[in-house]
Amino acid sequence: MLDAIQRLGAATLATVSGLGRAALMLGGALWGRPRLVKAWPLYIRQFYVVGVLSLLIIVVSGLFIGMVLALQGYTVLSKFGAEQMLGPLVALSLLRELGPVVTALLFAGRAGSALTAEIGLMKATEQLSGMEMMGVDPLRRIVAPRFWAGFICMPLLAIIFTAVGILGGHLVGVDWLGVDAGGYWSAMQANVDLQQDVLNGVIKSAVFAILVTWIALHKGYDAVPTSEGISRATTETVVTASLAVLGFDFILTAVMFGG
Amino acid sequence: MASRKLELMVGFFVALAVAALMLLALKVANTGVAGSDQSYRLLAKFDNIGGLKPRSPVKVGGVVVGRVASIQLDPENFQPVVTLEINSSYSNFPETSTLAILTSGLLGEQYIGLQPGFVDESVAILKDGDYVEDTKSAIVLEELIGQFLFNRGN
Repeated sequence: MLDAIQRLGAATLATVSGLGRAALMLGGALWGRPRLVKAWPLYIRQFYVVGVLSLLIIVVSGLFIGMVLALQGYTVLSKFGAEQMLGPLVALSLLRELGPVVTALLFAGRAGSALTAEIGLMKATEQLSGMEMMGVDPLRRIVAPRFWAGFICMPLLAIIFTAVGILGGHLVGVDWLGVDAGGYWSAMQANVDLQQDVLNGVIKSAVFAILVTWIALHKGYDAVPTSEGISRATTETVVTASLAVLGFDFILTAVMFGG
Repeated sequence: MASRKLELMVGFFVALAVAALMLLALKVANTGVAGSDQSYRLLAKFDNIGGLKPRSPVKVGGVVVGRVASIQLDPENFQPVVTLEINSSYSNFPETSTLAILTSGLLGEQYIGLQPGFVDESVAILKDGDYVEDTKSAIVLEELIGQFLFNRGN
């Protein structure tokens, strides 16, 4: 009985101190004026690694998800003779939910795990301590560019995902199943609101971007510097980030669209 | 040179994202009712607005000329007051015009149909803030069935 309570206490303390270390890490990385001019190549490199290299998986999955949505939606909607609503169905589900969420999940798997492994390995090979010895702050040189790259790239990726998905829905719905092209676009325009749907989707993906990038960086920075520790940290990144995204998605949806 | 290539790729990525955002903003979403400087407001009292909602279209012969801006309840006689935002390019409706709440199709959305009235010397043109006097309420299916059954009973 006492052992169980002790384990509970230890787990709570570990969680709280982990949260504190994560906050300290992010604060240390973002505190102070970013030296944009001097660190520009570092930032560009991370934009390339985090954003451009994730583009292929985002475009391909966006296309297929849009196509599947159109295909599934069409079978149900055609029973009611409401094929015209295929456009709003595809656009709203992508803009509000699937775009931000699926992008965040793919991003956690594609870029988040890579960030964790990279920083964990830097720690294991004592590159981070080496930087500190030379008077370079590893938080600002390693963590800050990666955080900003993730924070800016993920909403952009989500926007691309959504746009490609809507085009994929057009491909299946209009070009294959024969929904009227004018109806597809005009019903979409009549039902999609710029502020309510497009802007809220972008805000969602910005929140997910902070979550995923932060978790990935923290798990890497906090990893036990052994090969086993790094592999565990990478797994934890994907699991924790995915769960956090899904949990926050519910909260954000309830706040944005629930009332 | 490697840096130049990276910058090119990143620039391409950002340009693609901006293009996607433009597609979403211009082609997918509606950019709202015509700005308030390009529209004028008319008010109308109905007995029953049925399922009318803000942003429902106002149509003349099937052509959308404006949208419902807001719906309020008159606190004195408990009648719904509907504010319409009409595009300024259609600014010559006479005050004899009538409004009716109609339904597109059997299960469709409700909209306001505007029927322009006759014009002669004594009839003024509707201006910003005017009330349209002649209105027809929405048809509520339950009331219609009730009336039908009542008549059958007689």
